[in-house]
Amino acid sequence: MTISRTIPLTFAIAGVLTACSRVTPTTEPAPSTPAPVAAPAATPAAAPAPAPAPSSAPAAGAPAAGTASTAVGDRLAGATGSVGGRDLSTSDPRAVLTEMIFFDYDQSELRSEARATLDAKLAFLQSNPSIRIRVAGHTDERGSDEYNIALGMRRAAAAKRYLVDLGIAESRIAVVSFGEERALNTESTEAAWAQNRRDEFEIVAGGAGTGTK
Amino acid sequence: MRGIVRRFGANLVTLLGVTLLVMTDGSTLAAQEPGVRIGLTYTPGTQPGIYLLPVRGAEGDSVRRIIARDLEFGHRLTVIAPDSGAVVPTGRINHPLYARLGAAGVLQVVLQADGSALVTLHDVVAAQAQETRRFALPGPRLSPAWRLAVHGIADVIEEWVTGTRGVAATRVLFVRGGALWQIDSDGANEQPVPGVGAALGPAWHPDGRSIAFARMRDDGTSVVVHELASGVERRVRTGAPLSLSPAFSPDGKWFAFAAGESGTDLYVVPVGAWEESPLRVTVGRGSTNAQPTFAPDGRRIAFTTSRLGRNEIYLTDADGANPELLTSTALTDAPYRADPAWSPDGRFVAFSTQIDGRFQIATISLRDRAVRQYTTEGINEDPSWAPDGRHLVFTSSRTGTRQLWVLDTESGRVRQLTRGAPARMGAWSPRLLSVP
Repeated sequence: MTISRTIPLTFAIAGVLTACSRVTPTTEPAPSTPAPVAAPAATPAAAPAPAPAPSSAPAAGAPAAGTASTAVGDRLAGATGSVGGRDLSTSDPRAVLTEMIFFDYDQSELRSEARATLDAKLAFLQSNPSIRIRVAGHTDERGSDEYNIALGMRRAAAAKRYLVDLGIAESRIAVVSFGEERALNTESTEAAWAQNRRDEFEIVAGGAGTGTK
Repeated sequence: MRGIVRRFGANLVTLLGVTLLVMTDGSTLAAQEPGVRIGLTYTPGTQPGIYLLPVRGAEGDSVRRIIARDLEFGHRLTVIAPDSGAVVPTGRINHPLYARLGAAGVLQVVLQADGSALVTLHDVVAAQAQETRRFALPGPRLSPAWRLAVHGIADVIEEWVTGTRGVAATRVLFVRGGALWQIDSDGANEQPVPGVGAALGPAWHPDGRSIAFARMRDDGTSVVVHELASGVERRVRTGAPLSLSPAFSPDGKWFAFAAGESGTDLYVVPVGAWEESPLRVTVGRGSTNAQPTFAPDGRRIAFTTSRLGRNEIYLTDADGANPELLTSTALTDAPYRADPAWSPDGRFVAFSTQIDGRFQIATISLRDRAVRQYTTEGINEDPSWAPDGRHLVFTSSRTGTRQLWVLDTESGRVRQLTRGAPARMGAWSPRLLSVP
């Protein structure tokens, strides 16, 4: 797996580990992508199933990520309650806010597990009104390079629209698309394509400055 | 004119024996067949032989080699240019000798002391000089400007014989590693375009002096118009977080691009009126509408749209009226078509279409919607027409990495244009020399 150098600095390790080891997308409903991702995908296919708590990621994942998260955790307010079976009071805000969501081939509709991921972000966005985020849409390598830039933007806009519809101020969410230009995984396999069809989330303000580049 | 080429065989003895008869014959022929010029003539589908005499002087071999290759790449003439055994004639051209070698014409290039080239095309059948012209060859020998001028000679030779100017004096813009590059039509002078840097989806203004492209930054992608000589850049105002896929109308007066957020629409703005609000052309309602390409008369635009839930090529009037589906659903199993490019003669739209899970280059006729597929090997995308409306540059993965290739849509022959690091998003320039 080739890791894009464009991932926000502070999240590079946590974000990629998260992507690779935990929330790799599940089996694609799209007919063209039948192969399940080989990684231990734990994201629930349907919302109600208990999801692995994101808070376990820094501890189990990388020490560096844990350090960064702790620093931020001091400044970011937590959230209470549970979303999609996820206990937010034990969740690391940064990990939740930067958790990626994934899409079907040539689609920009939000899957149910993507909505659950956004619901979790919503709680932290509500409890941290100073936070502003940037959503970056990405596509797999198939299809027209130019069309994919537009498709990536539709994916970013879909996440933004979902959060705005739930009450987050539009001005707090910037959107950008990188099309197929910044793949997480440069292999040409169904699994790699599934990883690359994603929205990445970056804290650009209000996150103690550690999320900006 | 098939006649001339055929007559070499039949009248060979006559040719060798009595030149006068041949001349008479040539004149008679010209009088009989409508549209035929006196001297060398051409019928589409035939490839008259042209004998390239050796060129004396510094870089004479280079001149001959460049012209020979240009004529081969043009696919309209058969080049006869032996590496050895060729004799530089000291006196008159021995026409029957070249007729025996299958030549309809003999090309003589004489480099002058002032750096120019005196070029003469001899009509073998008529046994006389058909055309003579002096060409300036600017700059140091073998420099890009000098090579472009030599390409210009080849293009004029093609016009002398076929009536259609060649396309050797052109360049192709492309994207390599996220940056904008250029390469001459024959594969020489491959280099980054100075002063541009990051760019995607380049397009040429028809005057060859300005280009446009999308520039992707961490905070968004915008369309930029860039003047090649001065390096002056203008970011096109859109108010949207994303704009991409610029295109100029063939008359150079209009500029089209896609812009939007949750879905993109097409917009047009007069070239130069960059402060004006662009006019919206499509109503995509959240779908992607991108990759505009103008018809030669500028009145129609073909573009990619996802409005049907899958990607197809649509047509619309340039003012947004009369949108209609161009690529029919009956094309292939997996519906995904993109990258439209309207041919300069107006007859076809080239595009990429998914066949058996891979993208291939095809054209669709605007007259009867007949589709012709041109590629099968690897993934082939993003066609761009040469100004002759006959050749296309496209991206192919057939060698294992994405590279630019050139396709002759009449013969189906291909040649590899770029080598080395991956290349994509080729955009073929207009003719870059205004030779009279």
